[in-house]
Amino acid sequence: MRETLGLTGPKKGCDLGQCGACTVLVDGRRITSCLTFALMHGGREVTTIEGLGGDPEGDLHPVQQAFVDHDAFQCGFCTPGQIMSAVALLAEGHAGDDDEIREWMSGNLCRCAAYPNIVAAITAAAGR
Amino acid sequence: MAALTKPKNLQDVAAPGRDGVGASPLRPDGILKVKGDFAYSSDLWHEDMLWGMALRSPHARARILSVDVSAALAQPGVYAVLTHEDIPGSKFYGLEIRDQPVLAIDEVRFHGEPIVIVAADHPETARRAIAKIVVEYDVLPSIGPVEALDPERYGYVHAPADYKAHAFGNIVHSQHIHHGDGDSAEVRALADVIVRGEYEVGMQDQAFLGPESGLAVPAEDGGIDLYIATQWLHVDRQQMCPVLGLPPEKVRLTLAGVGGAFGGREDISMQVHACLLAQHTGKPVKIVYNREESFFGHVHRHPATMVFEHGATRDGRLVFVKAEIVLDGGAYASTSPAVVGNAASLGIGPYVIPHAAVDATAVYTNNPPCGAMRGFGAVQMCFGYETQMDRLAAELGLDPVELRRMNAMEQGSVLPTGQVVDAPAPVAELLRRVKEMPLPEVENWRTADGPDVRELPGGLSNTTHGEGVVRGIGYAVGIKNVGFSEGFDDYSTARVRLEVIGGAPVALVHTAMAEVGQGGITVHAQIVRTELGVDQVTMAPADTRVGSAGSTSASRQTYMTGGAVKQAAEAVRAVVLARGRDRYGWAPAFAAGLRLAGGKALTAAGEVVADLVDLLGDEPVDETTEFRHRPTEAFDKVTGQGFGHVQYTFCAHRAVVDVDVELGLVKVIELAAAQDVGKAINPLAVVGQIHGGSTQGLGLAVMEEIIVRDGKVRNPSFTDYLIPTILDTPPMPVDVLELADAHAPYGLRGAGEAPTLSSTPAIVAAIRAATGLPLNRVPVRPEHLTGT
Repeated sequence: MRETLGLTGPKKGCDLGQCGACTVLVDGRRITSCLTFALMHGGREVTTIEGLGGDPEGDLHPVQQAFVDHDAFQCGFCTPGQIMSAVALLAEGHAGDDDEIREWMSGNLCRCAAYPNIVAAITAAAGR
Repeated sequence: MAALTKPKNLQDVAAPGRDGVGASPLRPDGILKVKGDFAYSSDLWHEDMLWGMALRSPHARARILSVDVSAALAQPGVYAVLTHEDIPGSKFYGLEIRDQPVLAIDEVRFHGEPIVIVAADHPETARRAIAKIVVEYDVLPSIGPVEALDPERYGYVHAPADYKAHAFGNIVHSQHIHHGDGDSAEVRALADVIVRGEYEVGMQDQAFLGPESGLAVPAEDGGIDLYIATQWLHVDRQQMCPVLGLPPEKVRLTLAGVGGAFGGREDISMQVHACLLAQHTGKPVKIVYNREESFFGHVHRHPATMVFEHGATRDGRLVFVKAEIVLDGGAYASTSPAVVGNAASLGIGPYVIPHAAVDATAVYTNNPPCGAMRGFGAVQMCFGYETQMDRLAAELGLDPVELRRMNAMEQGSVLPTGQVVDAPAPVAELLRRVKEMPLPEVENWRTADGPDVRELPGGLSNTTHGEGVVRGIGYAVGIKNVGFSEGFDDYSTARVRLEVIGGAPVALVHTAMAEVGQGGITVHAQIVRTELGVDQVTMAPADTRVGSAGSTSASRQTYMTGGAVKQAAEAVRAVVLARGRDRYGWAPAFAAGLRLAGGKALTAAGEVVADLVDLLGDEPVDETTEFRHRPTEAFDKVTGQGFGHVQYTFCAHRAVVDVDVELGLVKVIELAAAQDVGKAINPLAVVGQIHGGSTQGLGLAVMEEIIVRDGKVRNPSFTDYLIPTILDTPPMPVDVLELADAHAPYGLRGAGEAPTLSSTPAIVAAIRAATGLPLNRVPVRPEHLTGT
């Protein structure tokens, strides 16, 4: 994905499924892409951060916009994974309260610890 | 006032300072980052590029008997296999002492030390080639921090007369501080109570998520262009040039996207390896570490053993402190000397104590090299002295916060180095503020439907429904220096250009500052908007075409490169206003009294006298300046006296924890902070820094440690080296104080590190309050709480 397709949005943070920086959606479900092979997903729809807004030149996806507005990152390396996870979390209906957001975002590490702002961004994107 | 030719087309100026200093504009790189379009160093690509990789030592200490690379060289797809024999220039590098071999020569001194580097057409080809290299070792017993102090018996990490680092045996650097009468018998007699404690801090890792990586591209002029994630471009180059045998103008560095740093990119890692391979093959070479290699590839926070004695009068006045600190520097010096300087000079904390004797020493060992990490020598000490303050309070029957406030330093206080604190030092006020914040609800896990396990230690593991859960509250405060200290010529360079583009004034800022996520470029744009009254500010890529900005470390960049940008913008403004003298006949004194805002030149009274666009005309103004803070001086080698630090920064924490005392599980319920930042140039970014530092301190308190046994690293992965997740990170209310330091640009105070200090001891104090256990070592693990 990163080398052949040039889609470098998903990051290699740990290579072992521990950090979540490589999170992508497969048929809408979030997975850590470093733990899987493309050929295992023939015929499925894979969405990376690059495909999130639909049109690359268009507006940001509401979750992307919320991350910008709430300064929900510092270095930004984990951000594509955080956003993909957050998009799936919202679709799963897991944004009921802050505790639920934390529980369902706990697979995505952020060493800068922008966590409070990540919770705020997802809360805003959920329309709460 | 001179006769004024009224320029054309003047109207009321818009609200000045929009998104200037004190506002919280969003990051200029934010859109790229949320779209996945921001190019981190690991995302770089070049047609024809090769992949570089290193063979690393599996032993902590061994003689290298032979290295056979023939099978690796014979493998198809392999372009180069290099050992130290292939290095064209110096075989050593180092930030302060050039004691580290680029590739091991005849001995390996730490687990993970690079020995051979390979360039191949694919990472897997490189990996297979590495596996075919045969190294014969004569494994030696590793030297740890205890053995290091007895070299007669256990030997030298760097043998005397060997390499560069032998002058003091296994001692990298020592610093003694003698203040008042030290801990003499007369001084001890003045104390009604003496509390003694021994403390340990484990080895913490920066664990930035973006691994070490970069791309070296050989150039037609025989030089190299390196695109790299680092904290300090110029000092990388300074270390690389002698190795590559190239002059500085032929080694050009450009900052690639940096996925966090926290000190771990202060030393070079793969920079020189990639360049050597590119030089040798004539092809671009990319190196990207995986997570395991990243744990081996950068320095860590020094583990510390600390013995403190605090003496006080019965009413709680500190009389003396004695502290003996040993820091495990690992196999090579890195920044150990400066870490020692910080540990010694900041070792008694933010307190006024008439007598002190502090000894700090870093030793060479066969453990992984240690160097810079956020808090730099002050973190370890803060755990020690703050634990002592709690124990002293208990001994005296005093409230721990009250004991701290009674002894807190303030502006005008004299530090044990003899330095008078000549800026606000609101230590007592910060403590008061965290103490007075509302406390979180007790037993917040109780609901009408039974216990909400998410709020309990153990969380959804469902380990308790409240039984065995005890709440504790703890406090701590710390002191950190800002900027480079001890006489280092600390400066930063900035270039600011102002010109009319498309009918509007546009500023360009060019510095070599490494944006690592701290928000430096956001702040630079704010400063230029404030100083030049323009809306549009663009950033040139950070590179070595402009002078050094110094490192993104020591909480110094807003002060230093922010200061340089301010100074360059002021120089631009002076030129612009001087043009008004020619154009409109302004008297020099009149021109000098003008300011720029909203694209206009204004008098102090707010009268608009010219359009910036007209003043600029067709000719850009381009100014480059170097900014320096007040000079500091080295600490006296014997007494430790000296004006060593340019600025101090303070943060206080209150931690609230729930502990399942039966299972030893800790949940931090809330971590409140109060910090003085002098002036919040960007309040949103300041709070982000305080959250980040506090959370890394939480990690050190209860989870983070690189486990090293006989020199071997046991947990180089995020499965075994745990960092705080979003679940581990509690609500963190922050109270920001802004008491200006008159010596600093805008009165600001470096902000990034201070919150990393007091977070750890505050959390451990809270766990002690809940459990009654002494807990003299961090990180605190469940078995320390259960005794199992």
